[in-house]
Formats: sequence, C-alpha cells, structure tokens
Amino acid sequence: MVKLLINGEERQLDAAPDTPLLWAIRDELGMTGTKFGCGMALCGACTVHVDGIPTRSCVTAVEDVEGSAVTTIEAVSGKAAEAVQTAWEKLDVVQCGYCQSGQVMSAVALLSENSKPTDEDIDAAMSGNVCRCATYVRIRAAIHEAAKMMET
Amino acid sequence: MLAGLKDKTMVAAESPAETPRTNRRQFLKASAAVGAGLVIGVVLPQAGSKIAKAAAPTGAAAPVNPNAFVRIAPDNSVTVLIKHIEFGQGTYTGLSTLVAEELDADWSQMRAEHAPADATLYNNLHWGPVQGTGGSSSIANAYTQMRQAGAGARALLVMAAADLWGVPAGEITVSKGIVSHAGSNRSAPFGELAERAAQMEAPAEVALKDPADFTLIGKDVPRLDSRAKTRGEAIYTIDKTLPGMLTAVMARPPVFGATLTSFDDTAARAVPGVTDVVAVPQGVAVLAEGYWAAKNGRDALEIVWDETTGETRGSAEIMAEYKALADQPGDTARNDGAVEEALASADKVLEADYEFPFLAHAPMEPLDCVVQLGPDSCDVWTGSQIQTVDHGAATAISGLKPEQVRVHTLLAGGSFGRRATPNADMVSEAVSVAKAIDGRAPVKVIWTREDDIQGGKYRPMYFQRLRAGLDAEGNLVAWHHRIVGQSIVRNTPFAGGLIQNGIDKTSVEGADNLPYAIPNMAVDLHTTDVNVPVLWWRAVGSTHTAYSTEAFIDELAEAAGRDPVEFRMAMLKDHPRHAAVLKLATEKAGWGGPLPEGRSRGVAVHESFNSYVAQVAEISITDSGEIKVEKVVCAVDCGLAVNPDVVKAQMEGGIGYGLGAILHDAITLDGGRVEQSNFHDYVPLRINEMPEVEVHIVPSAEAPTGVGEPGTPPVGPAVANAVYAATGRRIRQLPMALHDLTGA
Ligand code: FES
Ligand code: FES
Repeated sequence: MVKLLINGEERQLDAAPDTPLLWAIRDELGMTGTKFGCGMALCGACTVHVDGIPTRSCVTAVEDVEGSAVTTIEAVSGKAAEAVQTAWEKLDVVQCGYCQSGQVMSAVALLSENSKPTDEDIDAAMSGNVCRCATYVRIRAAIHEAAKMMET
Repeated sequence: MLAGLKDKTMVAAESPAETPRTNRRQFLKASAAVGAGLVIGVVLPQAGSKIAKAAAPTGAAAPVNPNAFVRIAPDNSVTVLIKHIEFGQGTYTGLSTLVAEELDADWSQMRAEHAPADATLYNNLHWGPVQGTGGSSSIANAYTQMRQAGAGARALLVMAAADLWGVPAGEITVSKGIVSHAGSNRSAPFGELAERAAQMEAPAEVALKDPADFTLIGKDVPRLDSRAKTRGEAIYTIDKTLPGMLTAVMARPPVFGATLTSFDDTAARAVPGVTDVVAVPQGVAVLAEGYWAAKNGRDALEIVWDETTGETRGSAEIMAEYKALADQPGDTARNDGAVEEALASADKVLEADYEFPFLAHAPMEPLDCVVQLGPDSCDVWTGSQIQTVDHGAATAISGLKPEQVRVHTLLAGGSFGRRATPNADMVSEAVSVAKAIDGRAPVKVIWTREDDIQGGKYRPMYFQRLRAGLDAEGNLVAWHHRIVGQSIVRNTPFAGGLIQNGIDKTSVEGADNLPYAIPNMAVDLHTTDVNVPVLWWRAVGSTHTAYSTEAFIDELAEAAGRDPVEFRMAMLKDHPRHAAVLKLATEKAGWGGPLPEGRSRGVAVHESFNSYVAQVAEISITDSGEIKVEKVVCAVDCGLAVNPDVVKAQMEGGIGYGLGAILHDAITLDGGRVEQSNFHDYVPLRINEMPEVEVHIVPSAEAPTGVGEPGTPPVGPAVANAVYAATGRRIRQLPMALHDLTGA
C-alpha cells in the first residue's frame, strides 16, 4: 500500500513500492495524460512535477514520492501553465502530440523558475524531452511567447 | 510511404479525386460505380443508415447525418469523419478545412474524428479498394471528394431551409455556419436545420466553389487537435482502457527468423499481477493487470529459441556482400542512351560509393493495439494506418466473418511508416494474444521501446555506386547509378502493384526519375535477400536516393568548376517545378552571398510524392568536430497549400526527422542481433540540435500534393554538401556521426 498526494488529492495505491510512478499514474489511477516513451529517463514523455520539479516518472518509484506533491498534465495550473498552454495552442506546436504532455510539463517548470529564458536556457531545460515529430522550432517559439505573455 | 501507389497501380476504377477538374456529372457517375450507398461523396440521408448507427454517440439524441463524411449535430457542431489516420501530419485539420470551405461553415464549429474502417466508403482514392494512409496522399486523394462532401451537405441544408421557410432555394445564402434568406429576413444556424436536411433527397449534382472564393482553403486555420494534445486529453491506443482489460508484453525472437523452442514461465507467473503466459506465433506473451507487471513477467521468462533459421550476419558482412554485388550489373530500372560509351569518351569520370544503414522509425508512442474478442465479434483499437489490411488480418486470425470485425482508428503518436505494415504485425499479434486466452478479457499489447527499436521493419540498408562523366565544357554527359538492397514490398500484398519487371519501385524512386537532363543515363538494381524485415520509412526510397544523387551532383559540379545551383539549373529546363523551388530556396538563403564567420552552405533539391522541395543548409563545425546545423531554408511546391501553416510544420518536422537520422542513426546487427535498444544508442534529434527553419511555399493553383514526407529527403544531402564546403570531406557513409571531423 502506497499513499500518494497527486493533483491535490490523497490516493491509496495497491501497488508494489518500487512500481514506477508512471505506471501507478496510468494503470492504477487511470490518468492517461502522462505518456510512456522509453522507460529509461531518455525521452521526457512521462514528465510530471514532484514538488514543482520536473521529474521522469518512468524511473521514479512510487515509494520515493510519498510525502511529496505530484502534479500531472491533468492538473498543472498557474500563471506559467496557462501561458505555456495558451502559447502552445496559439502557435499550433503539436503534431502527433504524444510527447507534448511532457514538453508542456518541462516548459512550465522552466518558466516557473526562469520567466525570461534564453535559447540556451531552453536547450538546457528541454533537451531531455524528445519529439520525434521534431516540433522543436515551435516549442522554442512558444516558450518565448509564453514568457512574453507572463510579463503582462 | 507507400511510394508508387501514387502510380495508381492498385487502382481498380478511375478515381474521381485524381482528376480534380472532372465535371460534376462525371463525378457522380464515377462515385456511384464505387459501391452501393456511395453517392455524391456520399450522401446517406437516412438517419438509420449504417454510418449513422456506427457514428452516433449512444444515448445522445442522434445527430443528423447528412452523409458519410459530415455529421451536423443540433448543437451546431459539424463533425467530419476523417478516413485517414491523424498521426501529426494534420489530416483532422486539412480534411475538415475542405469540408468547411464548401459547407460555408464557421471554423469554430468544426470537429474531427476518425471514420470507422470501411473500405467501401473510406478507401484511399489513389489506392483503389484499400483504406489507408501513406505516400503523402491524404490531401491529394481527398481534395475533391471532401469538398464535394461539404458542398453536398450545404445543398441539403439549403433545401431544408427553402422547405421550412417556403422560399426558393436559389435565394438562400450560407455564411459562417448561418443559413439566411434576405428577402424574408430569416436565418438559422446549421443545427436547427440539420434534422430536416437529413430528410431531403440528395441533389443530383453539387457545384464546387471557384478557388478565388475560398475563405478557408489556403488560410492558416488553427489545428483542430491542438487543445486536446496540449492538455493531455487526446486518447491514443496506449490510453484506451476497457473493463477487465489485461496488458500484454511480448517476448519476440532475439534474431529475425528464429522460432520458439520452449519456455519456462515459472518466474514470470510468480510476478504479482501476472495472469497468463501464452505462446502465439509471434512469440510469448505475458498478460497482467497493468504494464509494469506484464513487463516484469516478460523479463522473467526463460525461453529457448531455435535460431537455425535466423539471420546470422552482421551489418558489416551484409554491406561487404552488397559491395561485391555492386561490381555486377543489376536489373535495369532506367536506360537512356549509351552510358558506358559515354563514360569511356568523357573528359572526366567520377565514381562514388554510398552506404546507408538500417533505420528504425521509433515513433514516440510505442507500438500498441487493443483487442476485444468475443464469440462473434472482434473489436480492434489501434493507430491503424492501413485499415483494410489490419481488418483483413484480424478477420483471418479471429476466424470471424468480415462484418463481425471492427477496426477503430485512434490517434497515433507518430508512425513515419511504421504503422503501415503489410502483414499487420501489431494487430495480428494482439488478436493472436486475445485468441490465446479465448477472449476472456480485452487485451492491450504494448511494445517497450526496446521491442520497437529491435523489432525490425527498418528502412533497408543500401549500398550505392554512382559513376558519371563530364565533357570538356563541364557538362554532365553520362550517369550510372547502381543500387543494392532489400525490397520493401516483395512478398507483400503490395508487390503486384509496386514491383515491375523485377524492380521494386520503392528501391529506385528518386533515382530512376532523376530530373536532370543527362543524355546517357542508367539505373540498375540488385534486390538482396536478408532475413531482416524492412518497411517504408518517411519518404521511402527518396531517403537514400536523394542523398546519393544530390551529394554526387555536388561533387560533379565541383569537378566541372561550376556553381552547384547553376549546374543543376542548366539541367532542369524540362522540370520547371524543381527549378522554381531551387531558385526560391537559394534566393531566400542568399546563395553565393556572405556568411557569418565559420558557416558553410549546401543545397539539395528533390521531388517525392509529386511535391518539390529544395533546401539550403547552413552549418558550422564545432571545436569537437560535431556538425551543427544552424539553419535550413526550405522552399516547397505542393500545389495549392490547403493550410500553409501545416505545410510549414510538416517541412520543419520532416527536416528534423531526416536530420536526426543522417547525423546519428543506424540500426546495426552483430551476428544477427540488433545492437541498439533505446534512445541512448538510437539517438533522436533533440531541441539543442534543431536548426532554425525558414519555409517558403511556392504559390500554386495546381492540385494539392502531400507534405508529410517530402520535407525529409533533401536535408541529408544539403547538410552533406555544406559539410564538404566546411571541411573538404565528402561523407558517403551514414550516419555522419561515424566520421571524425575534428580539425577537418
Ligand atoms: S518514458 Fe520516461 S523519460 Fe521516456
Ligand atoms: S508531437 Fe509527435 S512526438 Fe512530439
């Protein structure tokens, strides 16, 4: 039995303590916005926030986040999240969309920390998130756009 | 992918959408011939029709369904049933735009969802009786069809309004989702008229707009799938759940062609959550309540494989065999003039060998398929790229009647060709697993990333030898191109259409139709036998032929002492669309003009799937010898650009996808075993490597052609040519990461 604080709710899980958070979220809690891409912290599709820190849920055991606040794409909110999602839609960033939950979570974490990221900051924060559709040009543009929106 | 299907080799009957200028009467006749109920792009006015039943959400008031492609609901939403899978390339948005334009709908009321699998209604008009997506054909084949569907639905709404208001239909106008009659000052939104429209008899013919009157086609309407995909709400196959569903992870043979001898599942069954371990023709499946248990169970299996029938060679051995074959003449794909004589008398002869590795598609969503099997039904949910093939496989394996099998197409997290398998591998496997547990529970098969990278269906390896001769004036007078590699379509249902005189069109496309005016020109092909499953990979043959031909042309231009652009232009007089994109891209890139310190340029032009793309790559070499692609300027001629922003996105994505492969990627075999397994050794392009991309679209009134693939082929040779300009090194063996460019 593992206790999780996820998206503001306490949830009891009947999962082995070493179960990756990703599969607890998807299979136990039935939230499918967080995606599986590699299972080895190589692609970022499974990115969630643990106490606000972008975290690869595929290699994070549920027992390790007991007592922390986990946020998924389903509940990410606040000024940065709003700006990121609005900018993403405005620039039509998505193609297949499969990586985009992870991209959004990483971008929100970046902008929450650094409201005016440079291209280098973006490279550093986002290079763990693979997009096989290579929507990177627009991801970069949308992060700058979101930063601009947050100024106002 | 599915190149060459554009050659209409599979087309059983003349398809209306291939001749956009067909008059309306011809269209009606043509479509009536396709199948019962399929009239006017395809009006099915009865609410009780097959499609209405299939498409109406259960429980809700049945929305009116004026035809097979358009559903108008009382809430004014217009849902377009999309016959081509949406996996990023924009079919939801593009096909809906075509309907909305002729329907005079407001873009905000448009919705899209996948059509059910039904080849009689939803076949690809370029492929005859097959429903499927590929060869960058979605917009191209459906352009007229979807407009006609929109126009047909509009006509029904107008007739309904005329009937309701007792006014002549000719006085009624439609704009932005509102039907109006100025004379009586009446108007109504679509939803109010929808039910009555469904009772109307379909008009005998519908008029299509003059393109000058387009308000949506050619404009950047926003994507219909942006919001859901930005908020984690889009449902892919991996997200599909059914009550009581089990997840399966498979153990597949460690070398291609090996078979199962025996297995011990004691440890697998001991994993908490594991419910079943079953052998199926494709391997051994471990089923569990959830992925993690299934995967742990799979990893705990002890399996003995019989590898005697498996592939045992390594990539180096295979390439050496290919190279030896290249000394012998192959099967002729093209032969103009007298190449050998011309080479013998040429002033200068150049020869170059190119080597291309296997490539995995590695779509972001791992392969997956959900199956619910009952005694007299089989439902399949998957990112189906060739619904007709997937349906056929599910029918054969389940042993049910075709009408008892339903394929539900879901959004796919990319494909790049991988989900278009002629043997329906994902679906076959999942139905086999469901059958092995007697349909006791719905089953979702998920491939791990390792399963995907090591699972075959690669872009084939190729060896190519090019020889060419220049005359004393620096004109290209002879060209010989030999290609050695596996056939993609051999032994598949597509062979009949795509292999002609022993030549698999997908092996030579981009080479046998080289546009340059060269008086003596030959292309030949050795088709090899290797026990590695291969498949079309974004742009298929052009992924390697564009590289070899455009890199070699660059060498020849240099040997001739001519500018690479001028050299090409002089040979493109009969190919104005190639010439126009080359001109546009080079002008916009400032070809020949000054460059920032440390940068070099290279150019390439290539046509695939009837779209023409030229790219200028600007690169630098880092101190550690890495290639940094700084910028790509791209010009594309895809006929009329239905949605210019989606065209741009596909060029950006195609460039990024191609660039990742040529810089980093190879699937290599050692003793028949794949050496790569995940994104650490099959390295995807990441944001820090993505160049700035500038896309210019050639204004055109020609019929639209595809953009999903054609952006990919030119980037490799454009970068290769820029690398030469920077370093003096010709990279003829891919990926580029194999070459040490430090100090070059
Ligand atoms: S699935 Fe977690 S990083 Fe790829
Ligand atoms: S949008 Fe397809 S992987 Fe990123």
